[in-house]
Amino acid sequence: MRWLSSATVEHLRRVAEWPDLADTKYRVLEELGHGGMGAVYLADDTVLGRKVALKVVATGVSDPAAAERMLREARIIARLEHPGIVPVHDAGALPDGRVFYAMKRVDGSRLDALAPDMALADRLRVFQRVCDAVAFAHAHGVIHRDLKPENVMVGPFGEVLVMDWGIARLVDSAADDPSARPPGSRGTSAGTVMGTLSYMAPEQAAGAAAVGPAADVYALGGILYFLLTGRPPFDGEEARSRSTPGGEAATPLPPRRAARSVPPALESLVLRAMAASPEGRYASAEDLSAEVSRFLDGERVLAHRETPVERASRFFAKYRTAVLLVAAYLVVRAAMLWLLRR
Amino acid sequence: MRDETGTRMAGADRFPATRHSAVLAAQSDDVLERERGLTILIDAYWKPAYKYLRLRHGASNEDAKDLTQGFFTRAIEKDFFGGYDAAKGSFRTFLRVCLDRFVANELKSASRAKRAPEAPMLSLDFDGAEGEIAREPPDPSRSLEQYFHDEFARSIFELAVEQLRVECAQRGRDLPYMLFDRYELDRDPDERLTYEKLAEEFHIPATQVTNFLAFARREFRRIVLEKLREITSSDREFREEAKSLLGVAP
Repeated sequence: MRWLSSATVEHLRRVAEWPDLADTKYRVLEELGHGGMGAVYLADDTVLGRKVALKVVATGVSDPAAAERMLREARIIARLEHPGIVPVHDAGALPDGRVFYAMKRVDGSRLDALAPDMALADRLRVFQRVCDAVAFAHAHGVIHRDLKPENVMVGPFGEVLVMDWGIARLVDSAADDPSARPPGSRGTSAGTVMGTLSYMAPEQAAGAAAVGPAADVYALGGILYFLLTGRPPFDGEEARSRSTPGGEAATPLPPRRAARSVPPALESLVLRAMAASPEGRYASAEDLSAEVSRFLDGERVLAHRETPVERASRFFAKYRTAVLLVAAYLVVRAAMLWLLRR
Repeated sequence: MRDETGTRMAGADRFPATRHSAVLAAQSDDVLERERGLTILIDAYWKPAYKYLRLRHGASNEDAKDLTQGFFTRAIEKDFFGGYDAAKGSFRTFLRVCLDRFVANELKSASRAKRAPEAPMLSLDFDGAEGEIAREPPDPSRSLEQYFHDEFARSIFELAVEQLRVECAQRGRDLPYMLFDRYELDRDPDERLTYEKLAEEFHIPATQVTNFLAFARREFRRIVLEKLREITSSDREFREEAKSLLGVAP
């Protein structure tokens, strides 16, 4: 009998879990990822001759709630037709009873892996594309609730996609939608926390029954924090403590203390987006994106009170060529006057 | 079940057809049925038991051989497994507890008087098992209980792979097994093996690789679930073992 190494046994565990796609147009090629709710596989759509990503619920027909959650996620994504949101092609039940949905296969890298090698302006432009996708979702009544760099993919042609809408909720749905709960959790009214504590808005970390778009604005601020400093706003024990009563209200270390190179205007912008109170944040993801545009265009960031030096340096950065020409003209003129006087 | 062309064959439904449980068979009054049940259980458990004895009780190679032989021989003679009560836990845990008790009793009697080892009755490849321990020593971060479970999983998967090989050969479909072996069992973790490369290696179209592998994986899953069904005594225990082994509840 053939001996199997522990690595092979572990691999076979996953292989045995691969969905039964008999009678479907899909053929599994490899597992792309595995999470609590299910696994994502690279599959061949044999009818259309293209590769797709198949997300399949992990717990099968024995857990109808998990199946319902998966379908709910597919329906939510399906109503969000936007270039920044991965499109759903198909959904249903596989012959083995497990619920699945097929979505576009996304090539590229996660933003958290890519960001360290990107220039600041490029990071900010990617961030704006994330804001655009989130703003679109909000306009269609959907709150993501788990925004973080790991859930943003950047494609080889610069396309930016917001992924993992597994715990998204509809603004107009019941506040405590049981189908949106993770396995084994209690309802949000009982204080369940869903999402990622490192990027989570205080009201969401406190288990508020219904969080609104402001929670996503806070998480967007967290993503920008990461893009500027290379670390999440809350990390390790700091993040874990946010799940304890009172801990959720903690404020992050100011970005410039985490990384001195962060421009003061962007620090103010991040802190405004991550204000403890939802009312203190930008009113929308569009407003947040507009602030970033102001920074990129060399205009004044509304959230930031500039010092005269900052104003002057911003003015210099924006009108560098004109300022240098005027300065050169003045120097030449002064030199000529000096020479004439001699 | 389907063959590689997609034709449905009997017995490959997601829930394996209920087979008569070997655990229940081992408790039967019918001698033949009892023998059948014990054979299946010994096949699945002798190697985890031997490796567990080597680690848990620090038994030498020879002592572990004698104890494993003695345990299963005694299980047959004295109807150890007849005392199993499904309501109290899984058969796997029951067997491990029985094994610990057996060893404790053996040590006690050994301290009173050195007993002559009983004549070996079972043909078990202890040298092979010893070689496996040498190839992959136990992970010190795993508890003894986890180690027994890991070895149980390895044993079930090895039996399933062997059955897959035999079934494919019997049906004259060696190629799906060979592809499964090459792609799923024999992979160098650093090797970026693609279906296209596999197709070149086996001189078949890539679409056939996809179909054959899908077939072999489906069959493998079916066999694993059937084996689990065989060595559990109730639907609940079967589901729990499937969950602990595969991470999914069937």
